[in-house]
Formats: sequence, C-alpha cells, structure tokens
Amino acid sequence: MLAADGTPLKQSLARSLRRQKLRALLLISPLLLFVMFSFIVPIASMLFRSVENSIVSETLPLTVEALGNWDEKSGELPGEDVYDAFVRDMVIAIDDKKHTRLGSRLNYEETGMSSMFRRSGRSLKKLDPETDGPFKDQLIEIHDGWGDVKTWQVIKTHSAPITNGYFLNAVDMQRTPDGAQAQPEDKQILIKLFGRTLFMSLVITGSCILLAYPVSYLLATLPMRVSNMLMIFVLLPFWTSLLVRTSAWKVMLQQQGVINETLVWLGLVADDARLVIINNQIGTITAMTHILLPFMILPMYSVMQTIPITYTRAAKSMGATNWTTFWRIYFPQSIPGIGAGSILVFILSIGYYITPEIVGGTKGVFISNRIAYHISSSLNWGLAAALGTILLGVVLLLYWVYDKIVGIDNVKLG
Amino acid sequence: MTEATSDAAFVEFQRVQKSYDGEILVVKDLNLALPKGEFLTMLGPSGSGKTTCLMMLAGFETATHGEILLDGRPINNIPPHKRGIGMVFQNYALFPHMTVAENLAFPLEVRKMGKSDREAKVKRALDMVQMGAFGSRRPAQLSGGQQQRIALARALVFEPELVLMDEPLGALDKQLREHMQFEITRLAHELGITTVYVTHDQTEALTMSDRVAVFDDGRIQQLAPPDQLYEEPENSFVAQFIGENNTLEGTVKSIDGNTCLITLDDGSEIDAVPINVSQPGERTTVSIRPERVEFNKDRLHADAHTLKATVKEFIYMGDVFRFRMSVAGNDEFIVKTRNAPDAVRLNPGEEIEIGWLPQDCRALDA
Amino acid sequence: MKPTKILLTAAAIATAAGGVSAEEMTIVSWGGAYSKSQLKAYHEPYSEKSGVTILNDDSSNEAVAKLRAMNEAGNITWDVVDVVAADAIRLCDEGLAMEIDPDTMLAPAPDGTSAADDFGELLVSDCFIPQIVYSTAFGYRTDLVGDTPPTDICAVFDLEAYPGKRSLEKRPINNMEWALLCDGVAKDDVYDVLATPEGQEQALKKLDTIKDSVVWWSAGADTPQLLADGEVIMGSTYNGRLFSVIEEQKQPVAMLWDAQVFDLDGWIIPAGLSDERKQRALDYIMFATDTQRLADQAKYISYGPARASSAPLVGQHAELGIDMAPHMPTDPENAKNTFLYNYEFWADYRDDIDAKFQAWLAQ
Repeated sequence: MLAADGTPLKQSLARSLRRQKLRALLLISPLLLFVMFSFIVPIASMLFRSVENSIVSETLPLTVEALGNWDEKSGELPGEDVYDAFVRDMVIAIDDKKHTRLGSRLNYEETGMSSMFRRSGRSLKKLDPETDGPFKDQLIEIHDGWGDVKTWQVIKTHSAPITNGYFLNAVDMQRTPDGAQAQPEDKQILIKLFGRTLFMSLVITGSCILLAYPVSYLLATLPMRVSNMLMIFVLLPFWTSLLVRTSAWKVMLQQQGVINETLVWLGLVADDARLVIINNQIGTITAMTHILLPFMILPMYSVMQTIPITYTRAAKSMGATNWTTFWRIYFPQSIPGIGAGSILVFILSIGYYITPEIVGGTKGVFISNRIAYHISSSLNWGLAAALGTILLGVVLLLYWVYDKIVGIDNVKLG
Repeated sequence: MTEATSDAAFVEFQRVQKSYDGEILVVKDLNLALPKGEFLTMLGPSGSGKTTCLMMLAGFETATHGEILLDGRPINNIPPHKRGIGMVFQNYALFPHMTVAENLAFPLEVRKMGKSDREAKVKRALDMVQMGAFGSRRPAQLSGGQQQRIALARALVFEPELVLMDEPLGALDKQLREHMQFEITRLAHELGITTVYVTHDQTEALTMSDRVAVFDDGRIQQLAPPDQLYEEPENSFVAQFIGENNTLEGTVKSIDGNTCLITLDDGSEIDAVPINVSQPGERTTVSIRPERVEFNKDRLHADAHTLKATVKEFIYMGDVFRFRMSVAGNDEFIVKTRNAPDAVRLNPGEEIEIGWLPQDCRALDA
Repeated sequence: MKPTKILLTAAAIATAAGGVSAEEMTIVSWGGAYSKSQLKAYHEPYSEKSGVTILNDDSSNEAVAKLRAMNEAGNITWDVVDVVAADAIRLCDEGLAMEIDPDTMLAPAPDGTSAADDFGELLVSDCFIPQIVYSTAFGYRTDLVGDTPPTDICAVFDLEAYPGKRSLEKRPINNMEWALLCDGVAKDDVYDVLATPEGQEQALKKLDTIKDSVVWWSAGADTPQLLADGEVIMGSTYNGRLFSVIEEQKQPVAMLWDAQVFDLDGWIIPAGLSDERKQRALDYIMFATDTQRLADQAKYISYGPARASSAPLVGQHAELGIDMAPHMPTDPENAKNTFLYNYEFWADYRDDIDAKFQAWLAQ
C-alpha cells in the first residue's frame, strides 16, 4: 500500500505518529525514570546481590587460584604454595583493610572466621612475602585455625564469584565440599518461617474478607450521609501511625489489658487463667487484620458500589428469597472486589514486619523479620537478598496461580 | 376466572400515601383500580410519584398509609419475592455473570422447577421474543434492543399475571423504541397479562396503553383512554402535558349549557366548552389543539367568534405546515395544517382571522 | 561499577545539592532521653564554643546497615555516629569507620593521664571512642515477688519461688550466659562452654525450663512498660530505662544488679569523610569525650562515664536532685558480680547461635 506521495503507507503512518509518540514518551519520562530508579534497579540489584560473591576471589586472588590444585576431600592440608599465596594476598588485603570484611563474610559460613581474620591480621601485617617464607608453620603458629582443613575447605567452597550459597542458606541448606547439604536441624528456621508467613497471610486475608464484606456492603448501600461517616471510621486507621495502632493492640490484648480485665470483671475468665492473646499468632493475626482491613474494604466497596440495586430487585421480583438473591446474584458480582482486596492484603501481609515484631512474640513472626535481622543486624545482605528474592518469587507464583484459577481480569479496584 | 369477577379490580390502590422523610408526601391519596388484562401507563414528569407507585406495587417501597390489593388480597405485608409480579427495569438488570438462558432460567429455578420443564420454558420465552439463538450469550454481548427483549422474556417466563415496567425503553434509540412499543403491546395482549407501565414519554403512553394515568405532584390528574386524554383533557396540566397545546388566559363571560363565552385578556371573545368553570366571572385558561385551529372562514360557523392573528413564522415540516402566530397577546400560538393540495401557505407578517369549533376549545382551570 | 553502585551514586547526586554546609554537622544517636542527655552535656556547650550547628539523627539502631549503604553510594551524610561497641567493631571490620589514635585525637585526663590509659581496656576497637558504660540488668516488681525479693540472677530461672512472667530480650546474647551461669557453669568457663554445640544446647535447655513464662522484647522500652503494667514480674533491660521507671515514674520496681552485663556505647567517625568534615568531627570528639563532659552526661541519665577520671566528678541528677553514683552500674555496691559483653566471642558466634536461638524460639 502506498501513500499519495509514493512512500509506503506504513512508513508514512509511522512518521506521522512519531511526533505524538515522542511527546507521549516525554510526558511519562519522569515517572519512567522514577520507577526505573526506585523500583526496577533496586529489585535488579537485590536479585544480583543474592548470588554475588566476588569478595573472596577479589580479596584472595592468588589463594583461590592455588587452591584450585588442592583436593578438598583429601582430608590433608594444602601445600606451601597455598600458604604462600595466602600471605601475599593478605598483606595487600590488610593494607586495604579488607581482610576483616572477608572474615565477616566467611563467618556466615563457618563460625570463628571473623576473629581468625581479625587476629591474624595484626601478625600477618609484619610478614614480608618475599623474604619470610615458608609460611605454613608460621601461619599455624599465628592461629591454629590455619591448620584446620575445614578453613581451607570453606575458602575454596565459597570462592566462586557467583554463588548459590545464599539461596541454599535461605532454604535451610548450605554449600559444602560435598555439594548442597541440609543445615543442622537445630539451625533450620527459614523454611518454617516461609511456611508460617504464607499460612498466616492466608488467615489474615481470610479474616479480612469476613470482616470487610459486611462493612463494605453497608458502605455501598447506606444513604450517602451515613456511609460517609462510616467511611471516615474505616479510613481512621490510615491517619494514625502504624506504631501507635500496633501499640494500642498491645494495651488491648495483654494479660493485664483491656480485654482480659473486662473478661475477668465479667467473671467469664478466672483471674489466674487470663487469655494469652498477644505475643503469639493470635496477636499478629488480630493486629494485622485490623491494620490491613481498609485495604480489603476499599476495593470491595468500590466494586459493590457499582452493583445497581436493580439486580437485587429484579431477582426478588422473580421470586428469589433474600438469601438466594445475595448468594446467586449479589455475591458473584462482588467477587472482583474480594479478589482485588485479597491480592492487596495478602501481598502486603506477606511482607509485613513491624506488627509481627511488636505483637508476634515468638510464634507470630514472619520471614520479613528475619530479612530485617540480616539487613540491619547480621549485615548478611546476600542472604537477605536471597530471602527477598524467594519471597518475590512466591508472590509471583501465587499471582500466576490466582490468574489461572480466578482470572486476573476478574479483579477490579472499582 | 369467571365472568362475574372479571370486572372486579385485579390491582387496586386504596387511599395510598407515601412519604420518605415524614414531611413531604410524594404520593398523595392515590386511588386506582385496574381490571385484569389491562395495559395501564403511569405517565408524568419526573418526581411526580409514578415510579414510587410502581415500587410500592412491586414491594420495594412500603406505603405510608393505605392499602394495595392484588387480586383482592392486601399485599402490604407480602415481601416482593412472594408477590409473583414480573418486572422489567429501565436498564434491563440482566445478571451480567449469567448467560441469557441462565438469566431466564433463574426465576424458574427459584421456583424449584425441574430441569427439563425449565429448558422448555426458557426456549419458548426466547422464541417468543425472537431471540432463540442467543441463549448461550452473555448480556454484555447483546445490543440494547436485544437486551431489552431478554429482559422482557425474563419477566414473562414464569408467567406472572401482572407485569410492571419501569421506563423499559428509555435507553433505546427512536426507531428501536417504536418497534419495541409494538412488541410489548402485542405480547401483553397475546398473553393477556395485566401490565403497569411507567414512562415520561407521552407518545409511548398514547400508543401503547388501554388507559393512561397522568401523574403530577403525587396525584393522578386524569385517568382515561389515550384518545379521551388527548381530546378531552380535564385540566390545564393534562392539556399542556399531553400533545401540543395552545393556551389563552381569560374570564368567563357567560355559560350556556355545553358552551360558554370567554373574554380574553385583550378584550376579544371566543367560544369554549366549560370544563372546570361553573359561573361567570371565573378566571380560566382555554385550551385549543394546534390542528383544530381554522383560518379558513368557510369552515367555521357563520356566528363563530374569531380572533385576530399575526403570522410570525412559517415552519415547513413535510407532512404538515406549522405556523407560529401572535394571538391575543400570546406570541407562541401554534397552528398546524395538513400539507394538502389546497393548503394555504401564510407568510410572516400576514394578518388573518382565526377561529375554531366551540367543542374543540376547552375552558379549564386557571 | 556494580549495579547497586550506579543506583546509589544516582541517589547521592540527587542529595548532593542539600549537602553539608560549612558550619553544620550531623550527629547520629539513639533518640529519647539518651539523645537529650547528649544534647545537654555535649551538643549545647560545643555549639556555644565552636559555633557549629549540630543536626540530630536518631538512627543509631540501624547505623551499621545505613553506613554500609552510604558507603556503597559513596555519599556519607553523617559526621559522628553513636553506636554500641559490638557495632563499632563490625563497622571497623567492614572498613566503614575510621581508626582513632587515642593519644593524639583524644584529650588526656586533667591529671595528665593519657586518654589510652584513662579509657583503659574499654577501648575495644581501633575505631571506637567509648562514652558510657551501661548495663543490661533485671528489674522486678516489688509487690509481685513475694516476701523475699530476688537477689540472685538465678531467680529468673526459679519459677517456683517467683512464679509469673519475665521478659527477656529476643536474642541469644546475655540470655545464654545467664542460662549457663544458673545451670552450674562457672563464670570463667561460660564462653568456653558456649563455644561448643553442646554448651549452646545446654543453655537452650536451661532456657526451655522458663520458655512458657517469658515475654520476649525487642525494644528497650518494652520491659519498663511490661513492668509498669504488671504484665511481667521481672525483666531485663538497660539500667537507664529501669532508673527512669524507678526514680522518675516512681513505679514499685527495684533493681536486681546481680550478673548485670556491662556494655559500652560510644562514638565512631565514618570512614571516607572529606578532610574538612573529618577535622570537625575529630574536634567534636576531642571536646565531647573529655573527663568533664563525660561526667556531665551522668547528670541526665544513669549511665556510667567511660573514663576512670570522670567517676569522681559524677554528681546529682539535674532535675531530680538525687545522687547519681548509687544508680550507676559501675557503683561498687552494684558491681559485685558482673559480666563484660564478650565482643570477640559474639562477633564470631552471633549468627550461628542466633540461628539456633531463633529455631529454638520457633519450636
């Protein structure tokens, strides 16, 4: 097809649209850049960090190379070449103050590495690699850890610049010379926390649905003036700080708290048998349901608002009872709101951190509490990134499953 | 149903009042009785109370005072789903999550009808509205007219004796609307259903109904068959609301049986039928339809009173000519004549005399 | 450049516009009463003397992570940071804090004793300037523990004599030591035992005996609140928090000093500051950690000054007017049986034992 001037029509059309497209691109470019820098790049960097492990091979390049010829399963210490290379690497590393960082890194894998590198640093600094050799015995003299086969095994096992070690750790396994193996039983915690996070998020989502449905229905059907009032109550939690709300639940739920005091006063509960409803799963579920409720109510409400009253009237005029009308006519049409609310609440709760930390006690904490620990306390950012990546993967997987079962086009926010 | 009871009211409103806020009555003392099989239209401007009446009949609103009887039984305390009344809504209210066939089967299902009976009835109802091939479609896949037919079929599929329709054709374009008007009346008469139809479109009301109840201000202003309503409006609201109408203000000079003489405000005099006037001296609004105005003197009585008129505008409308004139101080006086071979075209500025047969002009309330 | 670096550099460029002006410095601390004591004792007199405006940032509890992020971004916005000693050691290991030479960078004591000697063995890291000695100790409700108030740390593990809930920090540090101590391990052997898997198991087993009666806390304010509400009959927290419950809020709470664990809190200067900012930070440090200033801080909060030479100068509480010396964790009456936080041990074992501790908690 040719345009009037003989150029192909497609080309002609593309040219005439180019200006519009450019302008459109220009208009969205602030948002695009913002999303790039605040969302895509951090996620990409998190994904990368969960496998990145260049610190070993960068700090100890000669050692890693020399260890290549050593059979870590032989049970024998590596030869002098490795020790020599190690001293050469360390002298440079100590100069750059990198050896303690490496110690911290390896300490995640083998307890004791941190102090071994720090202490050895002081003595190693004085060695001259050219003149003071051989080093094997000297090193073992400095710290007997250097005479332990395990030390060298750890260095070799974790010398790859790209590692699956963090992901293995994230699922309660570890990288060993014999391949991936389960962590000792008394250190297995993360899988359990993943399971608990998913389970509790489901329970929270479920209780949000149960509580939000009648409220949203009222909001959607009451006269404007009353429903506006009610809406303010729904939104009120949004206007108070998360910490304040969570702490308020503490006051409510603790054993000397409002609920227990009331129950004891009413004689429903004996004074010495007060209910334990905080610092456990009940506490987390209660507080998080309350905090996330608006995220369920709002999409439900906006969907219910669009269901005209004539549907229920039509159903009733056709002879349907109130229940049949609700269940066959109203409820199916409100499902998109439930879907949208559920996705919102579930995804929010799966990553929740502050509330479980405050009211969750020991059995009500989530995987995100562990992520926070590894980010801010242990500084094991690789493991934190691996945990975060898995969480992201789980969410995407669930989203996919949801799409298969319910259909994502069945979700609307209004 | 025996002959003896067929004349008795099938639907009856007895002194029904309705207020939403306890201060304003939206329905004031309504009395209305429908025999079985009648097609009654409630016509009126919005806010006149017609839809409220319909909703009270359906059971979605409760009467503040008075009784509504269905087939002789008071139904004020019967919930809507037990009234057995079919209903068609303005926006059809087809359930979007069900197919057409499921929509139609719904009223049968809630009546616990067996599957095979159900399917037969659904098929018959679909055929009745010429939509037999659309059973497996979703409402959203149908055009407005098709949805309208389905809504109609759904209201009829469980064979109710009474069907209520709330402005069912409001969302259709003109041509489709006219076609559906015909469809609905045909079906209603074929099936012998009693129908209460609400609309604010007077053409619809006139063409479809056995009787029309004109609502205004919470009251029925007139309840009559369409021709009577048009030709013999009982008050100036009805005269104005139904069809095109000319009004002139004046005072009654004399009444003589079926005719009276009115002195218009500019002093001229004309003849009229006294409707809402009883004695000389009363103020009145006289009403005359544009097509009954004559300016050909030959067709008037010799002693008929005539008025001076100045032609202001001539509007060619194909089948009719339309003139806007200034008559007795009214600049919006309309006269229509058929575009017949001998029809006269008057030009703006011409001064003529107009008149009419006394029985065509009605002296109504002021 | 690593992807993260690109990102963080971009962020740094964005914030560079609002960078540090000549007469300002950002000091990071813990917030609350503690920051207030520093404001009174250090910041205000320093600003008056030097004309530098001091900006406060209450981010100490996440200082390590944030400093690491700033370092990766190549834009360090903090000048002086208040951290606990364990964090200082980690920051030093990671190369995120600069090394301090106590003899040239810190003021000597009034009697001429060098700063190195005055601080003594409290200089636990090359990058760390100690400020206060605080301790993690127990407080108990005087009205809820019966007629014989606890005097021994093992009361915590004695559910028969002291039934009721107790609050412990939700981490292994301190709890494991106390558990071993009350399970018959000699004080000198505690860390040797704790270094073995068997020892760790032994400690957790001991903690098992009271697990159902423990409320676990993660914020320093939790135990004071739990005690005040009567939710627990005893609980561990920082001694300064307990001081304010007892003396300021006048709650029926008393101290159980036995086996209190000393810890240090002090300053670090982030590595990688410009020379100008580094000089200003050092000038502040020199001023704020001299003998008089450290003693002054004790007027506002019941933590002991880290210099030996400051101890005799500790006076009365600025508002309550009571003698602060008996409330100091270092007071001889209180310090009969104490631990010093074992930094080296926990730097090695922290993650290992924490994983086991959390797994045990989740059981």
